[in-house]
Amino acid sequence: MTATPRLARKAREAEPDIDQLLDFLYQMQLIRRFEERTGEMYTKGKVRGFLHLYTGQEACAVGALATLQPQDKVVTHYRDHGHAIARGMDPNRVMAELFGRQDGVSGGRGGSMHLYDASIGFLGGYAIVAAHLPLAVGLGLAANMKKENFVTLCVFGDGSVGEGEFHEALNLAVLWNTPVVFFCENNLYGMGVSFQESLSTQVTTLAAAYNMPAVSVDGMDVTAVYRETLKAVEHCRAGKGPYFVEAMTYRYRGHSMADPELYRLKDEVEKYRKRDAIDRLKARLMEGGHLDGAGWEAIVERVEKVVEDSIAFADASPNPPIDTLFRYVTKEPGDA
Amino acid sequence: MPEMRMRDALREALREEMLRDETVFLMGEDIGAYGGSYAVTKGLLEEFGEERVKDTPIAESGIVGVGIGAAMAGLRPMVELMTINFSFLALDQIVNSAAKLYHMSNGQINVPMVVRMASGGGSQLAATHSHSLEGLYAHFPGLKVVCPSSPADAKGLLKRAFRDDNTVIFIEHTANYGLKGDVPDDPDFLIEFGQANVLREGSDVTLVGYSGSVHQATRAAVMLQEQEGISAEVIDLRTLRPLDIDTVIRSVQKTNRAVIVEDDWKFGGFAGELSAQIMERAFDWLDAPVARVCGKDVPMPYNRNLEFAALPSEEDVVEAVLAMF
Ligand SMILES: Cc1ncc(C[n+]2csc(CCOP(=O)(O)OP(=O)(O)O)c2C)c(N)n1
Ligand SMILES: [Mg+2]
Repeated sequence: MTATPRLARKAREAEPDIDQLLDFLYQMQLIRRFEERTGEMYTKGKVRGFLHLYTGQEACAVGALATLQPQDKVVTHYRDHGHAIARGMDPNRVMAELFGRQDGVSGGRGGSMHLYDASIGFLGGYAIVAAHLPLAVGLGLAANMKKENFVTLCVFGDGSVGEGEFHEALNLAVLWNTPVVFFCENNLYGMGVSFQESLSTQVTTLAAAYNMPAVSVDGMDVTAVYRETLKAVEHCRAGKGPYFVEAMTYRYRGHSMADPELYRLKDEVEKYRKRDAIDRLKARLMEGGHLDGAGWEAIVERVEKVVEDSIAFADASPNPPIDTLFRYVTKEPGDA
Repeated sequence: MPEMRMRDALREALREEMLRDETVFLMGEDIGAYGGSYAVTKGLLEEFGEERVKDTPIAESGIVGVGIGAAMAGLRPMVELMTINFSFLALDQIVNSAAKLYHMSNGQINVPMVVRMASGGGSQLAATHSHSLEGLYAHFPGLKVVCPSSPADAKGLLKRAFRDDNTVIFIEHTANYGLKGDVPDDPDFLIEFGQANVLREGSDVTLVGYSGSVHQATRAAVMLQEQEGISAEVIDLRTLRPLDIDTVIRSVQKTNRAVIVEDDWKFGGFAGELSAQIMERAFDWLDAPVARVCGKDVPMPYNRNLEFAALPSEEDVVEAVLAMF
């Protein structure tokens, strides 16, 4: 089963056209509903383990991933469903993975935090904060050494900036001129600690100190995310080294399903909901006459079908057989 | 067969593999201009250039992570971590990324990388710089752990490591770097993993070691023969993962006694694992409980006498054997 990276068909333009904006709207709505329904599936006990929902942050994944080409690579953190779907991972197989089933993208061995689909260059969700930043630099190094023109998009949260690996990776990326876009989703919190309490400076100041371009963008405006990330990707593709994008965003749900949210007020959540990326793009398209009520309904219906189908698919998929337990511990000659 | 020291045999392996496979490259702290802290990579920068012999910042986690990323993209990196003592800083990358990606991705992603590091005490470097952690790495499913004891083994096993599709933790005892021995110069000389080497045949007791401790075991075997008339078989495990337990069991079934010799701490160490496996598979053949001669349970002291007392010696091995009769 090979998925196709989304939006691989046309050259990236600095400004998305109306078709692309409508597609952004569809994708954001798809991720929104996928996550809402996944939350319900967790409550029903179908999805277990740690579950980190992405609602509120959809513009980041959709805007950033749309700038990539098929040959590009993506590594991201454990809040990874949105990036997976925006990259074109089959929602059925994503949901099946969340259910821990055999047809999941990781065969039920990874779960929510560890989605992989190498066929579309989606090289993983990483559940150890900041662990994938050096990996992204390694991918970039390989692109240089093999003279392959792929860019690596490395997505992580604001919580990463306190980790040593963040600093090691940024330094190495610049030293070795690797084509890596560091994309920080700053949703203001790392679990319950606000980023102001965990960082002595601004994220972009820090990144810029390593001598790479660093910009901050409204991460709840999909067009702005797209525009700035595209600059970053083109910079990398031109061989100019890494680039840092900080997207200011907000998660509507708790950190994970276990979060009682004692560290923030409901008002704050409401304030950010007023800046919702989906509402804003929808309003903009309607004002411009590119979308009407019926058009929106059509998007909603299309999304509902995809999401409900994914649940049905996941439910129908079997558990991985126990006798496959020892598969994929080490790779030996002759292994499938 | 030319005679050479282990460090030169390791360098030969690296050279030959780099010549054979252009995806092989080296990264590490001071492996280039300085020539490697134990001179293993000396001259390779001049021969292969900066792109394939990369001096890195002092950033163990970062460079192992970069190695993993490069391996995921189809290269075959060797990352040198200077010494095993600094590998603690890279432990998360080794354990959580390198060892697990193949499984978590359901076989989609594998990490063919060699991580080399020097290990062992005995040089009065004190507690932070004298670790033997072979058994720690052997604990993690998904890794291969190799610990050669001779120049020829070092070459054959290191060359084999570059043909593996998994992450290989390649651990070199600092006391072995200067050892001399005959080393095959055939570029196809490989030693398979999981094949223990019976270094000396014997009938009364089996001494099991690897890396540095093989030499204490061998000296003890000579002493036992000469002084006590006891015939000791000496087995060099060569690799801890995969482990050639069959060779050990066959030997114990013949000798009915086993002593495991290891530099690492006894408590919770690899010798305990080996002892349990011998008990599980050869209980009825044992004439005495399996003995472990290991490092003493203290952080390694600096003082020469104290350090000597903390490390296993051939006299300790002889004593353990005599207690079995
Ligand atoms: C190395 C490490 N330390 C701690 C944790 C536990 N943990 C999981 S998520 C998280 C917060 C990370 O926040 P951030 O990077 O901002 O991402 P967000 O959850 O906000 O998307 C923490 C502390 C972890 N997974 N890894
Ligand atoms: Mg955060």
